[in-house]
Parts: sequence; C-alpha cells; structure tokens
Amino acid sequence: MHFSKDKTMSEVRVLVGTRKGAFVLRSDEQRKDWTIEGPHFPGWEIYHITGTASDPNRLYVSQSGGWFGQVIQRSDDAGKTWQTVSNAFAYAGVPGTHQWYDGSQHAWEFQRVWHLEPSPNNPDSLYAGVEDAALFHSSDGGASWQELSGLRSVKGHLWQPGAGGMCLHTIVLSPDDPKRIFVAISAAGAFRSDDGGMNWQPVNQGLKSDQELPDAKAEVGHCVHSIAMHPARPNTLFMQKHWDVMRSDNGGESWHEVSGNLPSDFGFPIAVHAHEPETIYVVPIKSDSHHFPPDGKLRVYRSRSGGNEWEALTNGLPQSHCYVNVLRNALAVDSLDSCGIYFGTTGGQVYVSADSGDHWMPIVHDLPPVLSVEVQVLR
Amino acid sequence: MIRVTLPTHLRALAQVSGAIELEVAEPITQRAILDALEEVYPMLRGTIRDSLTQQRRPFIRFFACGEDLSHEPAEAVVPHEVVTGKEPFRIIGAMAGG
Repeated sequence: MHFSKDKTMSEVRVLVGTRKGAFVLRSDEQRKDWTIEGPHFPGWEIYHITGTASDPNRLYVSQSGGWFGQVIQRSDDAGKTWQTVSNAFAYAGVPGTHQWYDGSQHAWEFQRVWHLEPSPNNPDSLYAGVEDAALFHSSDGGASWQELSGLRSVKGHLWQPGAGGMCLHTIVLSPDDPKRIFVAISAAGAFRSDDGGMNWQPVNQGLKSDQELPDAKAEVGHCVHSIAMHPARPNTLFMQKHWDVMRSDNGGESWHEVSGNLPSDFGFPIAVHAHEPETIYVVPIKSDSHHFPPDGKLRVYRSRSGGNEWEALTNGLPQSHCYVNVLRNALAVDSLDSCGIYFGTTGGQVYVSADSGDHWMPIVHDLPPVLSVEVQVLR
Repeated sequence: MIRVTLPTHLRALAQVSGAIELEVAEPITQRAILDALEEVYPMLRGTIRDSLTQQRRPFIRFFACGEDLSHEPAEAVVPHEVVTGKEPFRIIGAMAGG
C-alpha cells in the first residue's frame, strides 16, 4: 500500500500480477474509465508487481515459472522499459533443514519470490519474501540480495509447508520505526523484528489452530494468510488467518479474534481503509478445500469497528454462481479522498469500488488468474 | 563461432530473435558454452542452470545433432558439428504437457 494525499487531478495505476503475465490498469480519480496495458512478461507467473512510494516510476516484479525459475525485473520508467536484476537468493551459511510432510527434515530450497516490499523512503531498499520461507533484503535496487537469516533461527526446523508451499508472503514495514518489520509465513506464523531484521520473535500469542496443530496455541506453526496495518496506527495489526480474523493492538504481542458475524472466517487477504484505521475489509471464502465464496455469492465484508461487526458489500458483485477465489496479495486500497478498494480473482476479474466498497464494478473480466493487486495514485 | 538457440521465453528475456553466436574458448564444453552465454546475456543467469549450484534446471534440455545431451557431464566436450558452428547447441524447454 502506498499513501499520498491528493488534491489535484490524479492518475490511478493498478498493478496486477497473474499466472500468465503482468497488467497495468490506468484511470483518473473518477475510476470509471480504464485502459488496460499488457501482458508484460507473457506466459510467466507474476507473483507480485509493486511500485515504490518514494519513486512511483520505480517498479519491481517477481517473475517466475516452472521451466526457467525466478527472474526479478525492475523498471525506472513506470514499466516502459525493464531490466533484470539479481535472481541469486542464497540462504546465509549452511541453509539447514525444516520439517517435511512426512515428519522428516528437509533441506531449505529456494523456490520463488512471493512478495516484494520496497522501503517507504528509499526505492533502492527492498525486501523479498520467498519460498522456502525466508526474508531477503537488497540495498542496491535488486542488484544483490542478502538473507536476514535470524528469522529462520526462530524454530525454523519446526516450520513445515502448507498446501500452498512454505512461503513468506507478507512483509509489513512499520512507518514510524524503520527497524520494526513484521512478516507472515504460511503454516509457520507471524514474526517481528525490532532491529531491522537481525533478530526476530514469534508474535502468535492468542492464535488458535485447533484443526491444524496438536497444540492449538503453539508458539509457531499457525497458518497466517495475511496481515494489514494502517500507517497511523502502527501498533494495531489485522490478520486473516487460515481460520479466524484476528486483531492485535500491541504490535503483535497478543491477538484476539474479531471474526464476529462473518459467514466464513476463512479467507486470504485483509486490508485497512486508507483514511479510517478502524475500517477493514476481508473476502470470506468457504473451506476446507472448497476455496470459493459461500453460497456462490462474491461478497467483500467491511467492518467499521475494527472487527466483530461486519456488513456484506455486494452492489455490483456477482451474487449467484460465482466460484472464484481471492488470493492473499490480491486486495488493495488507494489513497484518494474517496477511498478506492480493488481486488482480483482467480477467475481473472479485477473489481474496483471508488466509494470504500459501497458500489463495485469490474475493470476487466478475463485476465489469467490474479495473484496480486497493488495500487498507485500519481499526481 | 558457436551457435546457440533458446526457447521462446528466454529469447524474449535476452531480447534476441534468432540463434545467438558466441565466441567460446576451447575445449568447448556445455559449461563453457553456458558460461559464455551468461557472460554476454547476464539476464539468463539462473534460468537455464541454478545460479548457485550450476545444476541444469529440471525442465531444461540440451539437444545437438539429434541427440539429447542433457545428462552428459557439464565438462563433456560437445559434438564436433557444434564446435565448428555447423549445428547449433539447442537449449530447450522440456515437454511438460498433460
């Protein structure tokens, strides 16, 4: 998420990563008429395409595929031209092992980059969350990567992959403290560093995983799907867990459930309104294994009270025979005065609401399955 | 001069349209060809062989002169027709249909 207050005519740029390429959707602040550009990198899986807050024309892309592995692309001109940067993600020291499906120990092996998170003040500084789960940092715009290996020392030998792989998919940088970093890993949990990534602690107290873990309140092993923070409230975090929507008001030290009246407390993404720190959004999904909206109705749920009381947002969304999913990186908000909400589906639709979720319209219907959505507002 | 052909996605990544011609010092082995290729086209590093282990990626194959050389040692000298430039060293994305 990238925030800026905009009083003049603005351009909105939506960056969409899909299973078969990247797309850039452009509009003005009305967000009614859109142009669609792409696919960039056709045929490749784009797990994430994102901009940088301090240089909106600097974009980064995680491009990968089964044949040719991982590529990282960088653009300095908003996607007109691209250059590859380093794809050498070497675990620090002896990589070691983690838990495997059969209970044995399995060597850490790099698979792909799930998430790229640029620092808010320096476009050359960015973090990469990878599978097998680890966090890397680059201080030279992706020309080289160094692992912040202290993370894996937090009982990493006990982590084991979930159905989606053992991926570090969420990176949240605290806006008021450049040394504070939160990350989330599927089937491992949430973790926090207060020293720029050297040392880490699990921040999973209050999470309960009755159906996934023998010890439902274990220190690690919880399947966290995503975490969101409003920049004005850096100690308040919202989490969509495999089951349960959770909230912390003390920087992750403890969590409590705020699923309330949701039709399903399973889902993948969670987001916070740009101007209302207590207004949050989730997309409930039926599970286990179904992974489509309950009752075939695609509904975004909004809570204006920081959780517990939720309202269904349906105006403009399909309310019958809809069986798509919305993945963890595929929900975003913009920073315009009338806050825009965006999400992409595994059916290839990208929806926008220009009024905080009250009304929705599809920007595009038939993209490949959407993996990630990010929004930039440009003056 | 050695000729190397790439699969479509790697041609796009390297921004080339046809066969690549490379100067490769003898002895001309798979490893020497890949080293020369990655030197001229650094964007291909990690896409044909792992950038750390130098192992061929699982769904990459090396063909030349009607033969599959994928399981030959990296230090094996490639066929004479490749050395002379008569035949290309073909880098292939393995068949993976269903």
